Amino acid sequence: MTISLVPLAVCGLLVAAGMTLLLERSLARVLAGVILLGNGVNLLILTTGGDAGDPPLLGRAEPDQMADPLPQAMVLTAIVITLGVTAFLLSMVHRAWQLRGSDEVSDDTEDRWVRLRARRGQLGERVRARQAEYDRLVAEQRAELHAELRDEPTRGERMAHRRADRRRLKARQREARKQMRRAIRAERERQALALDPELEGDE
Amino acid sequence: MEALIPVPVLLPLLAAGIKLAIGARLRHLQGVISIFALAVNLVVSAVLLAQVDQHGPMVARIGGWETPIGISLVADRLSALMLVTSSAVTLCVMVYSVVSAYDRQEDVAPMAIFHPAFLVMLAGVANAFLTGDLFNLFVAFEMLLSGSYVLLTFGGTQSRIRAGATYTVMALMSSMLFLIALAIVYAATGTLSIAQLAVRFADLTPQVKLLVELFLLLAFAIKAAIFPVSGWLPDSYPTAPAPATAVFAGLLTKVGVYAIFRLEALLFPGGPVGTLLLWAALATLLLGVLGAVAQTDIKRMLSFTLVSHVGYMVMGVGLATVAGLAGAVFYAVHHMTVQTSLFLVAGLIERRSGTTSVNRLGGLMRKAPLLSVLFFVPAMNLSGIPPMSGFLGKLALIQAGLEVGGALPIALVAAALVTSLLTLYAVAKVWGKAFWREPQGEGESRADAGEEQMERSAANTPGLYGPVTALVMLGLAYTVLAGPLSSLTERAADELLARQPYITAVLGSG
Repeated sequence: MTISLVPLAVCGLLVAAGMTLLLERSLARVLAGVILLGNGVNLLILTTGGDAGDPPLLGRAEPDQMADPLPQAMVLTAIVITLGVTAFLLSMVHRAWQLRGSDEVSDDTEDRWVRLRARRGQLGERVRARQAEYDRLVAEQRAELHAELRDEPTRGERMAHRRADRRRLKARQREARKQMRRAIRAERERQALALDPELEGDE
Repeated sequence: MEALIPVPVLLPLLAAGIKLAIGARLRHLQGVISIFALAVNLVVSAVLLAQVDQHGPMVARIGGWETPIGISLVADRLSALMLVTSSAVTLCVMVYSVVSAYDRQEDVAPMAIFHPAFLVMLAGVANAFLTGDLFNLFVAFEMLLSGSYVLLTFGGTQSRIRAGATYTVMALMSSMLFLIALAIVYAATGTLSIAQLAVRFADLTPQVKLLVELFLLLAFAIKAAIFPVSGWLPDSYPTAPAPATAVFAGLLTKVGVYAIFRLEALLFPGGPVGTLLLWAALATLLLGVLGAVAQTDIKRMLSFTLVSHVGYMVMGVGLATVAGLAGAVFYAVHHMTVQTSLFLVAGLIERRSGTTSVNRLGGLMRKAPLLSVLFFVPAMNLSGIPPMSGFLGKLALIQAGLEVGGALPIALVAAALVTSLLTLYAVAKVWGKAFWREPQGEGESRADAGEEQMERSAANTPGLYGPVTALVMLGLAYTVLAGPLSSLTERAADELLARQPYITAVLGSG
C-alpha cells in the first residue's frame, strides 16, 4: 500500500479550519466548523481503506484488486449522521436568531456569576472613591472658610461675616451632603441591578 | 435465547416509529405503547441477565454474518446488568413523563415528539451496552445523542437553546474524536470488532496502542464527564425538562463510563493509562463536589454531584483489580437509580413551588411531607449513609483502594471520603434551606401564583409520586439485595478482566 500525502494534508487542513470555526461564538460559524470537521474526518476514514481499486462485491474483479468496502460503508454512515446533526444545528441557529435576533452563544451561568461579582466589586470601589472625594471636598471648603475668617479685620464685621459665612458654609455642606447621598443612592441602585441574586432570567 | 439480544434495541425504535406514525391523534395509546415497550424491555433484559449469568456471554450475529465480517451484539454479565438497571430506571421515568404530560394538559405537538426522541435515545443506550463492534458503538452514541439533543432543547426556549448549543458542540467534538480514533484503529488493525481488536491490539507497537487508547478514552471521557472535560454538564443539564434531565443523569454519563470499563478491561488491560485515570478520578471527585457545595439551585447542585460521583466509578476502573471494578459496577448501578430519582424529585419540587432555587424555597417539610421523604432518602443514599447502597458502593471502592495500596490509591481513598462528606454537606444545605426552615416571605403576586400552582398540583400530582416512590424504593432495595448484587458484580468484573470468555464467545474457540 502506498501512502499519498495529499488526502492527509487536506484532511488536516479541514480539521484545523473546522476546529477554528468551532471555537467561534456565532452558532452559524460553529455550524460551518462542524461541516468542515465532519468532512475532514470522513476523508481520514476513507484514506484508511488503502489504495484505490476495482468496485467490490460485483464480482467483476479479483478480491486482491478490489477497494476496501468497509471504510466506504462507514463514511456513508458518518455522512448521514453529520447531515442529521447539521440539520439540527441549523434549526437551532434559526431558533436562536428568532429569539434573540442574533445567533451568538451567550455566557453560561458561572461566567455570568463571576462577571457580576466583578462588577459588584467595581461598583463598591467606586462608591468608596466618591465618598472619599466628598469628604476631602468638605474638608477643603472648611479650611478655606476658616482661612477667610481669620483674615477679617474688625470685631463687629467679623461677627456678622462669621454668621453669614457659617450660614453659607452650612448651606454648601448641606448641598454637598445631598449630592453625595444622591450619588451613593444611584450607585446602590446600579449595584442592586447588578446583584440579581437568582440569575435565572436571561439578560 | 440469542434472538432476545436485539430486542432492547429494536423495541424502543419500533415503538418510536409507531408513535410517529399515529402522531398526536391517540394520546392515551401513545403512553400505553411507551410503557408497554419499556416494561417488555425490562423483562427481556432480566431474562438475558439470568441466562448470561448461568451460561456465559451470548452473541447475536446480525444478518447471520460471521463475526469479523458482520456486526454482532454481545450480552455478558456487565452489559446485561447495566441493561436491567437502565430499563428499570427508564420505565419509572417514562411513567412519570406520561403522567406529567396528562396532568399539565400540555400542547399535543411537543408531546408527540417527546416520546419518540426519548425512545430513540433509549434504543441508543441499549445498543451501546450490547454492541460488539466499535463502529456500531459510534452509531449507538449518535442515536442516543440525537435523541438527547431534541430532549435538551425541548420547546426551544432561550435558555434551552443556549444550553443546547454547549451540549451539542461538546457532543459533536467527542463524536469527531471517536471517528478519528476509529480511522486509526481500522488503519492499524483492519478490524473494528471489539473481540478481534482485543486479540490484535497485542501485536501493535506501544506508541500506536497508547495513541488509540488516549483518543478513545478522551472521546468516552467527554461523554462520561470526567474532570478536564466535564465543564459542559452542569451547564447544560439543569435547563432541560425534569424527566429528560433525570434520564440523562442516570444513563448518558453511565454509557460513557461503561465504554471506559470495556476499553480499559477488555481492549487495553494493564496499560499505562491506569495512573492517568486515577488522577482524573481524584480531580473529578474533589472539583465536582466543591462545585456542588457552591450552588444555590437544586438542579445545578445535583448536576455537580453527578460529575463528582462519576469519579468513584473511574476510580474503580483505574485501580484495575477485580475488587475495584466490581465496586465500580455496583456503584454505577446504585448511582443510575439514585441520581435519577433525585432529579425527578427536583422536578416535583419545581412543579410544586415554581422554582428549584433554595433561596426562594422554604418550609417544604410541613407543606409536602411525602416530597420531603422522597428527597431525603435518595439524598442520604447518595452521600453514603449506612446502610444504604451508596455506603456499600463507596465501602467496596475504598476497600479496593486500600488493597492496592500505594500513595495515589490512598490519596484517592481520602478524596473519596472527603467527597462523601462534602456531598452530605451539599444535600444537607439544601435540606436545611428548602425543607426545614420557615416558609419564605414572598411578594404578593408570587405568593398568589405559588398558591394557585400548589392547588393545581395538589389536585393532580398523586400519579407522579408513584414512579418516584418506586425509584426510591429500588434504591433502597439494593441494600436488601446487596449480597446477591455484589456477588453478581464481582462475577461481572471477574469475567470482564478475564477477557477470554468474551473473546471466545464472539470469535469461537478457534
